[in-house]
Amino acid sequence: MRLQISTRLAIFATLELTAREGIQLSVGEIGEKYGVSAHHLAKVMLVMCRAGLVRSVRGAGGGYQFSGNPRRITLLDVAQLFEDLSSAESDSGAAATPEDQALREVLHEVDDMANATLGSITIATMRKLVDRHGAGGTRRAKAVRSA
Amino acid sequence: MATATKARANKADCEVSVRRVQAGDLPQVIGLDTRVTKLAKNEYWVDVFKRYGRQRLHERFFLVAENRFDRRVLGFIVGEIRVWEFGSTPCGWVFALSVDPDIRLQNVGTALLDAISAEFKRAGVSKMRTMVARDAQLPMLFFRSEGMMAGPYLQLEKDLD
Repeated sequence: MRLQISTRLAIFATLELTAREGIQLSVGEIGEKYGVSAHHLAKVMLVMCRAGLVRSVRGAGGGYQFSGNPRRITLLDVAQLFEDLSSAESDSGAAATPEDQALREVLHEVDDMANATLGSITIATMRKLVDRHGAGGTRRAKAVRSA
Repeated sequence: MATATKARANKADCEVSVRRVQAGDLPQVIGLDTRVTKLAKNEYWVDVFKRYGRQRLHERFFLVAENRFDRRVLGFIVGEIRVWEFGSTPCGWVFALSVDPDIRLQNVGTALLDAISAEFKRAGVSKMRTMVARDAQLPMLFFRSEGMMAGPYLQLEKDLD
């Protein structure tokens, strides 16, 4: 499964903003770490702001803070802000052949598995995974650029 | 073989001990399961107690977490070592875990899982498995937070016409 770059950035930004309690970062700081433009990241953060996952803090030293519960917000909550996670085959027409229907059933299963996996990993669990992998900024930035 | 794992939960008034189940715990285990699942299964639990609380204790583990002050059962976990099922090398299976809803997020589930993990390790296995319904969000989030990832098996089923 491939995620759009906006989704990946949203997840990485969320991980940055939950690295320490109360941490506040600007799009410039996050963008610099992952090698993406502040402009692109600002669009991503706006979507997350509207969804209530982050809040912007204005003024000198302003930036973004995570405003959700890291032990309850899942990767699915973040991903569905940017991805169409419904089954790609669900709207392929009413006059489906048996072959179409059979393939659709299999692809539904794939989508269900993917969504169940994303929905089972909270931001807090992701932080533990990051710690386990000992991921450094360089490796993550490389992953974003190659997406 | 006795299991005695102590875990201090977040609240100072809730120090938890994990130990082997005893016959006297059964009413509390049944009460907790009934409260959580909304389904009374007395005969099932009596049978589970006979098989997992009394027999083959070197490979079967039915543990309870109790409040060390008032001895109240706060949760339980049941598992066993299964050998060569589905072609798998010996591994520990957890098939039941429940925690009093009033005391969740206080590390009781973690204490139970840690205790049974220790038992599995002592018994010589290095892998632990469980199965969780995809839509069972709380247990799924719990096991994930404990580091459990998807395994190499896919559960398959069919309707029997």
